[in-house]
Amino acid sequence: MKIEEIENEIIDEFSMFDEWMGKYEHIIEMGKSLPLIEEKYKTDDRLIKGCQSKVWLHSELKDGKIFFTADSDAIITKGLVAMMVRVLSGHTSDEILAAKMDFVEKIGLKEHLSPTRANGLVNMIKQMKLDSLAYKAKV
Amino acid sequence: MTSTKVISEEKIAFDINNIRNDFPILSRKVNGKPLIYLDSGATAQKPKQVIDAIEKYYSEQNANIHRAVHRLSQDITTIYENARTTVQKHINAKHVHEIIFTHGTTESINLVATTFGKKFVNAGDEILITEMEHHSNILPWQQLCEEKNAVLKVVPINSEGELIMDEFKKLLSAKTKIVAITHTSNTLGTINPIKEIISLAHANNIPVLVDGAQSIPHTKVNVQELDADFYCFSGHKVFGPTGVGVLYGKEEWLRKLPNYQVGGGTIKTVSFAKTEYADIPLRFEAGTPNIEGGIGLAVALDYINNIGFENISAYEHELLEYATEKLSVVEGLKIIGTSKNKASVISFVIDKIHPYDIGVILDQLGIAVRTGHHCTQPIMDKFGIPGTVRASLAFYNTKDEIDELVKGITKAKQMLR
Repeated sequence: MKIEEIENEIIDEFSMFDEWMGKYEHIIEMGKSLPLIEEKYKTDDRLIKGCQSKVWLHSELKDGKIFFTADSDAIITKGLVAMMVRVLSGHTSDEILAAKMDFVEKIGLKEHLSPTRANGLVNMIKQMKLDSLAYKAKV
Repeated sequence: MTSTKVISEEKIAFDINNIRNDFPILSRKVNGKPLIYLDSGATAQKPKQVIDAIEKYYSEQNANIHRAVHRLSQDITTIYENARTTVQKHINAKHVHEIIFTHGTTESINLVATTFGKKFVNAGDEILITEMEHHSNILPWQQLCEEKNAVLKVVPINSEGELIMDEFKKLLSAKTKIVAITHTSNTLGTINPIKEIISLAHANNIPVLVDGAQSIPHTKVNVQELDADFYCFSGHKVFGPTGVGVLYGKEEWLRKLPNYQVGGGTIKTVSFAKTEYADIPLRFEAGTPNIEGGIGLAVALDYINNIGFENISAYEHELLEYATEKLSVVEGLKIIGTSKNKASVISFVIDKIHPYDIGVILDQLGIAVRTGHHCTQPIMDKFGIPGTVRASLAFYNTKDEIDELVKGITKAKQMLR
């Protein structure tokens, strides 16, 4: 599936919830499907800065596509990072770099994109794009 | 949402409904729910009296102070200097020129660390702080120690979040140049025995700087009775505007300190050959100050004095006891900071749940708490936790709001398990 298709899929899922509770329960649920980062990669240099909770992110290049694994010590943050991984993982550098990620706003989680929000969602996206850029430079 | 409580009938009645009506923001909604503001330790809300004073300043009074002969400038200079007198009286300073307006507690501490350090701290000297300090009362001293090759000594705290006084006594030495300590911990709520600490330090001829940011909103501070050498606080935490704060310094100390920032307002005469500086306090107030901040701060102090600290303290103590009791029975909840002598600040952690997750769910319910390390990372290290959830209460909060907090926590626990 293309990035945009996954985004639309997520928008559809969230459209089922009228209330914030359902949305957050869905985020928490998504966290359970996050491809977990290997313990050995949970190092300080893989911590995403600007998060109140800890978020580790690792990326690997396989057959020209980038795959992410991650983890967080906070459940909601873990759900948010899982959502980002679901959207971006398994795509090429160019696809990841071109992703607008505006679906976050469309599913009513705009407040999480504010720079004052300490979950670092903005920093997660930035780091995933930076990793992609680094692979692009290598290829 | 509110309950009426009359605490003192002699002075003005402490009517919580009337008080809440003074704070316009308390009637707004957040995420479709009535705002429950439990983050006054970060910044307090402002009564309409303060908001009106700021509006009046810009719509009727704006001019620069200490600068011109015209009417507006003269009037506003008088109002601004009266604000200084209000602060002086509020903390019972001996002289009005012992009150320096700054940008806030952080700048007040930096001013002393920089100027005192320049003149009085040398290689091998010691500066004594405590484990419960806010980063703003650690970093200026840490930086000074690095610059001067001096040594930063830290008084430890016990598991209740209280200073270990025996350790404090042991760490006071002939090398100690200054003690810098918080009056009330922003994270633990602990009220330190500041008078005893000052008296012990003075017995060794060591001056003391007190970070009063968290005590000024909750208690009447008397700097002469405490015998503090320096006392710092922020306007915004005491129901006044942001960007204004106070450094109180004993006259003899302020006169000894070298200049901090210099520029317009700090001088008597300037020439390229020689500049003659103004007397205190203006020598420490370079540039056009936060005029509306100073005025608003004075209005805020008048406002709380009108309610009366005896009323405020009694009511906040009751809220603290109520919240402590209600939170203590939440399964898996542990209060961090259990000193008997506490201000109305409650930090807590919940078994296996990250404070951030609780904060997000509470926010959805319209409840504003702070989560994280509260700029006191050494305390988090001490207790081995990533952060806490902190509910900091002010006199405009109610028991109903505490009930809502407990309900919110229960809901968060259900969702996050």
